[in-house]
Amino acid sequence: MIVELGHFALVLGLVLVLVQSVVPIWGAHTRDERLMSVAAPVAGVQFLMVGLAFAALTMAYIQSDFSVLNVCQNSHSDKPLIYRISGVWGNHEGSMLLWVLILSLFGALVAAFGRTMPETLKANVLGVQGWISVAFLAFILFTSNPFIRIPNPPMEGQDLNPILQDVGLAIHPPLLYLGYVGFSITFSFAAAALLDGRIDAAWARWVRPWILIAWIFLTLGIAMGSYWAYYELGWGGYWFWDPVENASFMPWLAGTALLHSALVMEKRDALKVWTVLLAILTFSLSLLGTFLVRSGVLISVHAFATDPSRGVFILAILAIFIGGSLSLYAWRAPLLKQGGLFAPISREGSLILNNLFLTAACAAVLVGTLYPLALDVTTGDKISVGAPFFNMTFGPLMIPLLIAMPFGPFLAWKRGDLLAVAQRLMMAFALAIVIALAVVWVKGATNVMVRIGIGIAVWVMTGAVSEIVWRSKLRRVPLGQSFRRAVGLPRSSWGTMVAHFGMGATMLGIVAVSAWQQEVITVMAPGETKAIGGYELTFDGLSPSSSSNYREDIGHFTLRKGGAVVADMKPAKRFYMARQMPTTESAIETFWFSQVYVSLGDPKEGGAIVVRAYYKPLVTLIWLGAVVMVLGGLLSLSDRRLRVGAPRRAHHVAAAAPAE
Amino acid sequence: MIGTCQMRRLCLVLAVSLFGVGAGGLVGLGVTTAQAVEPDEILKNPKLEARARDISEGLRCMVCQNESIAESNADLARDLRLLVRERLEKGDTDDEVRNYLVSRYGEFVLLKPRLELKTLLLWFGPAGALVLGAVIIFVNYRRRKQTAAEAPGAVPLNDKEKAELKRIMGEG
Repeated sequence: MIVELGHFALVLGLVLVLVQSVVPIWGAHTRDERLMSVAAPVAGVQFLMVGLAFAALTMAYIQSDFSVLNVCQNSHSDKPLIYRISGVWGNHEGSMLLWVLILSLFGALVAAFGRTMPETLKANVLGVQGWISVAFLAFILFTSNPFIRIPNPPMEGQDLNPILQDVGLAIHPPLLYLGYVGFSITFSFAAAALLDGRIDAAWARWVRPWILIAWIFLTLGIAMGSYWAYYELGWGGYWFWDPVENASFMPWLAGTALLHSALVMEKRDALKVWTVLLAILTFSLSLLGTFLVRSGVLISVHAFATDPSRGVFILAILAIFIGGSLSLYAWRAPLLKQGGLFAPISREGSLILNNLFLTAACAAVLVGTLYPLALDVTTGDKISVGAPFFNMTFGPLMIPLLIAMPFGPFLAWKRGDLLAVAQRLMMAFALAIVIALAVVWVKGATNVMVRIGIGIAVWVMTGAVSEIVWRSKLRRVPLGQSFRRAVGLPRSSWGTMVAHFGMGATMLGIVAVSAWQQEVITVMAPGETKAIGGYELTFDGLSPSSSSNYREDIGHFTLRKGGAVVADMKPAKRFYMARQMPTTESAIETFWFSQVYVSLGDPKEGGAIVVRAYYKPLVTLIWLGAVVMVLGGLLSLSDRRLRVGAPRRAHHVAAAAPAE
Repeated sequence: MIGTCQMRRLCLVLAVSLFGVGAGGLVGLGVTTAQAVEPDEILKNPKLEARARDISEGLRCMVCQNESIAESNADLARDLRLLVRERLEKGDTDDEVRNYLVSRYGEFVLLKPRLELKTLLLWFGPAGALVLGAVIIFVNYRRRKQTAAEAPGAVPLNDKEKAELKRIMGEG
C-alpha cells in the first residue's frame, strides 16, 4: 500500500512538473503575473511528492518488503538498519530517485528563498528546473521504476554488495548528488537569463550562493568518496583517475572555474557571456557523468549496445539539454552586453587565468575519459587511458595555476600592480622556501619534483595567509587595530584565504604521501614484529568473530613507538554470507596528520598471515585540505552581501578594502 | 564466473551495482582474498622491485579492467606481475618488458597509450585546449580594447578637460 502511494506520488510529481515547466515560462514571456506565480507553489508541492515517493521506497527497505523487486534485489533482512536505509540509493533505480529528489529540492529551495528575486527570473529558473525534472522523472517511471512488485515474493532478499555496506555509502552518494545535481540550478539560472535576454551583476549575485552550495557539497562528496576508497581498498590508494571518479571531478573543475568567473561578473559586470556558458557546461558535465555511470558504456560500449533502453534514454536527455542549451546560448548570447573593461594584470585578469587553466585541466580529464570510448566506437581499436596519462597532462596544468594562486587576491580590480604584489608576497615566498627546505632536509628527498611540489604547496598556504595579514595591516598598525581590521574584513575575503589555504594543504598531503610513504608487505607469524615509519608493529594473533550478516577474522596488532604501546590495531577479513563475498577491513591509526595503515591478506600456515602495513606521512591533509576548502566556501556563503537582497553600490566592500 | 578480483575499485563497484549490469558476477567471487602485490612476489633487489612496481602501475589488469596490475587481486594480474619481474631479472629494459606484454595482450594493456596517429588528439588535446583558450582570450581582449577606443564616449580627454578633471577631483 505504501509502495503504491509512493508510486502514485511519483506520477503526480511528473504531472505537477509538467505544469511547472510550461506555465511560469509562458507567464514570464507574456509578463502575466498570475501565471508566473504558479511556479513557486508547484515547485514546492512537486518536491513534496518526490519526497513522498522517496520516503515510501525507504519504508519498503526498512520493512524489508521483498515483494518489491528493487528491495528484493538489493536488500536483506539481516542487514543493520543504517545499511537498509542507505541501500535505497545503493542501486540504479533508488539512486536515480535520489537524483530527482535533489533536483526538486533545489527547485523548492529557490522557490522558498528567492522571494526577493525578480518575478520573471524566478519563473524562468523554476520553469527550466522543471524541464530537467520532467526528463528524469520520465526516465525513472519508464525505464527504472523502483516500485515494481513481483508476483511471488521470496522469503529473503539478495542483499547489497558488501563493499557498499559501509558508512561511506550512507554519506557519499547524497553529498555527491547534492553537489553534482546542485549545479542544475545554476544551469537553470543561465538558461533563464538567456530566455530573458538580460543579464547583469545582480544575476551573478542571485546565482552565486547556489554555485557555492553545490560546490561545497561536491567538494565534500568527492573527498568523502576518496577517503572511503582509501580505507576500504586495503592498500591506501585515494585517487584512481577512474572514469566514475572523473565523472564527478569534471563538474568540480568546471564548477570551481564558475565560482571564480561569477565573482568577476558580480563585482565588475564583465565575463558575462563566458560565465553563462560555464554554468551551462558545468551541469552538462554532470549530465555526462550521469550518462557515463548509468548507461553501461564504461563497462563496455557493447554492453551499452545490447541493452540500450536506459542508455539511449539518458543519451537523448543529454543531447536535448546540452544541444538545446548551447543553441539557446548561440542564439541569445550575442544580445548580452559586455561591461567592465580591465587590464590584463588585474584581479579580473588573474581570475581569467584561473578559468583558463581549470578549463584546460577539465578538458584533459574529459579527453582522457572519453577518448577510449570514442576510439572504440569509431575504429574498434581498444586503448586504455589510466593514471599515467592523467598525471602527465592534468598535473602540469595544475602547477602554473597553483603558483599563480597567491597573486590573485592581492591584485586590484581593473588594473593591478604585479611588482607591488610581488613585494607584498616576498615574506610568504621566503617562508615557503625555508619551510620547504626544512621539510626536505628532515625527510630527505632525492627527487626534484618532490622539492618543487612541497615548495609549491607551502607557497600556496603561506600566500593565502599573507593576504589576510596584509589586509589587516598586521605590524603596520597597532595590534589591536589590526585585529579589528581582520575581524571587519568581509567574510568572502576570509573565505578566499581559507579555501586557498585548504588547496595548499591538500597538495602538501598528496606530495608527502607520494614521496615518503613506507610499506611493508610480508608474512607475519604471531609474535613477530616489523618496523614501519618509526613504529614497531607486532602481530599478536587472529581471532574469529561474527555479526548479523557476516563472519570475520580479526587480526590483533600492537603498535609501539620506542617500546611504548601507542595503539592496538584490529584489521579484519570479513566474509558476507548472503553474497558469499569476502571484504577487507583495514585498521588505521592517526598520529597528527600522518597515519599507520594495516590490512590483512591471505592466511598462511601456523597462524601466520600476509600483512600489508603502510606509513603514510601527512596523508590526512589530503582530505582535511578539502574540508578546509569547504569551510572557506561556507565563510563565503555567509558573506553579508549574499544575504542582503539586491546589489547595493555604495559603501560595502569599499569600506573594508584597504586603500593604500 | 567472470573474475577473481574480489576487491575491485570501489567506485567501479558502486557504478556496476548501481546500474545493475550483473553486479554479482562482475564484482567477482574469488576464493582467495589476496590484494595486489604479494610478499612472495617482491624481488630481493630493491632497484629491480621499484622498476617492477613502476611498470606494473602502467599495465592494465585484463580482468578488473579499471585497475593496474599493481592494484588488482586477480590471478591474471599476479601472473603478469610475476612475468614482469621474471623479464626484469633476465635483464630486459623497461621498454622491452612493456613491448613483450603488448605483443601478447595488445595495446589495450598499456594504461599510458603510446603516442601515435590515432592518439594524437588524446595527447595534444589538453595542451590544445589551453592554447585555444589563450588565443580566444587574447583575440577578445584585442577586440574589446579596439571597440572601447572607437566607442563614441571613449575619446581621450584633451588638456583642458584633464585640467578641469583635476580641479574637480580636488587635486589642482
